[in-house]
Amino acid sequence: MPAESSPEPSLTPADVKKVALLGRLALSGAELKNLTAELSQIVGFVSQLAAVDTDAVEPLAHPLDAQNVFREDEPAASLPTSEALRSAPRQDGECFLVPAVLGDSGSA
Amino acid sequence: MSLTDRSATDLIAALRNGEITAVACTEAFLTRIEATNPTLNAFLSVNGEGALAEAARIDAARAAGKPLGPLAGLPVAVKDVLCTTDQPTTCASKMLRGFRPPYDADVVRRLREADAVLIGKTNMDEFAMGGSNENSAYGLVRNPWDLDRAPGGSSGGSAAAIAADMAPLAIGSDTGGSIRQPAGLCGITGLKPTYGRVSRRGLVAFSSSLDQIGPMARSAADCSLLLQAIAGHDPGDSTSLAVAVPNYTAELDKPLNGLRIGRVAAHFGPGLDPEVAEHVEATFTAYEAAGATIHEVELPHAAHGVPTYYLIAPSEASSNLARYDGAHYGHRWDGSRPPDDGGMADFDSPLVEMYCRSRAEGFGPEVKRRIMLGTYALSAGYYEAYYAKALRVRRLIRQDFLDAFEQVDLIGGPVSATPAFKLGEKTENPVAMYLVDLYTVGTNLAGIGGISFPCGFTAGGLPVGFQLQGPALSEPLLLRAAHQYQQTTDWHHRRTAALPA
Repeated sequence: MPAESSPEPSLTPADVKKVALLGRLALSGAELKNLTAELSQIVGFVSQLAAVDTDAVEPLAHPLDAQNVFREDEPAASLPTSEALRSAPRQDGECFLVPAVLGDSGSA
Repeated sequence: MSLTDRSATDLIAALRNGEITAVACTEAFLTRIEATNPTLNAFLSVNGEGALAEAARIDAARAAGKPLGPLAGLPVAVKDVLCTTDQPTTCASKMLRGFRPPYDADVVRRLREADAVLIGKTNMDEFAMGGSNENSAYGLVRNPWDLDRAPGGSSGGSAAAIAADMAPLAIGSDTGGSIRQPAGLCGITGLKPTYGRVSRRGLVAFSSSLDQIGPMARSAADCSLLLQAIAGHDPGDSTSLAVAVPNYTAELDKPLNGLRIGRVAAHFGPGLDPEVAEHVEATFTAYEAAGATIHEVELPHAAHGVPTYYLIAPSEASSNLARYDGAHYGHRWDGSRPPDDGGMADFDSPLVEMYCRSRAEGFGPEVKRRIMLGTYALSAGYYEAYYAKALRVRRLIRQDFLDAFEQVDLIGGPVSATPAFKLGEKTENPVAMYLVDLYTVGTNLAGIGGISFPCGFTAGGLPVGFQLQGPALSEPLLLRAAHQYQQTTDWHHRRTAALPA
């Protein structure tokens, strides 16, 4: 069978580490071990869909009939900066503050 | 009869004719919450002072003869997944501990406009992910009928609050059964409206093509009052339907003569608890006695509903929850590295490390599982086999419903395979927990409406729920069919003996 209709359901710890970085989650060693087993089980479970014949079926991303909703492009009030920044963990009154965007990890 | 035992319909009439004041009504429910919440943990925050001030404002306005909204003075509990500017909004997650949103959800705005008294925010599974309310970062909720059992989820706090008379009306949200399943397990009535009937603006997004807000109450008549207040088009939600809102109470009393209800033989498989099956079959008989006819229909792809749902919902969730980045709002890592760091390779940059550690600390285990599953299903090499495949099966599942509704007006059946299960019973096995959604996910995948209401009790005293599913925008019929059943039964009036009266 072609690879796309019969995915290999068993995940390795290396797979899980890769997905964790994509999903922006720092896993502990214990979580890595548990998630490798749990995701393998869940992926095995959802893989039963491979048996459904969908050759002539278009994907349905949304339950309503596909539609674009347009509105006039008019200026309107938006959140004031102070409100937008109010819940930020770190900010300087004008901007959100974050660690370095480039460079090696090592400082927060 | 104490104030908290009375229906929302009855309380609104009593508030209007001056028999009771909004302050007295609010005080009665606050007293009940104070007495039962330490046991049940149904509320994450109680808006005591705010609710009493609002009630006093409404009493004064009424005394002055000013026009008031349709829910004036009535307490309403809101699931903690809707944004409220005056109350915390946590989604039962450490990620949003203490968060105060900068705007109200459209549903909250409509409730305020209806002059409802917002009495507090109810507990839930974290980010609405779960079927037992055991995934809350602020403690589980107990089922008022048996304190050792789960209330269901994810709207378990709202369901328990209604069942324990802590509020006459509650808002829930339903992504794969999160209103209907806890309603069934707690012996109350809950409606999942058609996708787009109620605005999702300000509903913290879990799975945007499946999420829908709906009413929870003791009876279908009470649900119709709440739906009336929250339904309608919102320019702030491009998926909300620009379709006129009907009067949901106008036709409740119309008899059911000629109504065609479908029965799906596959719903009665080996996994169905025999006592649940017995009460569900008796409900079909009751509908026949009320003038409806029962017809066998098939939903050939229904068995694929749960795996389809557990690809689509986590995929959308992994994208929606990307917004929790430790930068704009929510929890942020303080810079100290944990002792067990063995699950990660290198981070790409200091910024990415901040993201990864903030999210690792802020999210609970089930949320992490779903982000991981969704990220995997959307990742290069797997997208077509998992996510796109699930979208194709979703179309088949929706088509099954469209075909069935050519033959019948509504489809009936169980809402859950078993009555309320024991706390801890399914927490070790994610797939076993996912299978509790068997009878409910199809409604969301198809974008149609569904209602769950009590249809009996087990010998052990646990409520059993019945589900009706109907075509898009069939809410008036769903509410009427449930209401007519409730005219000849008293299951929805029963009260638990597990709590002080």
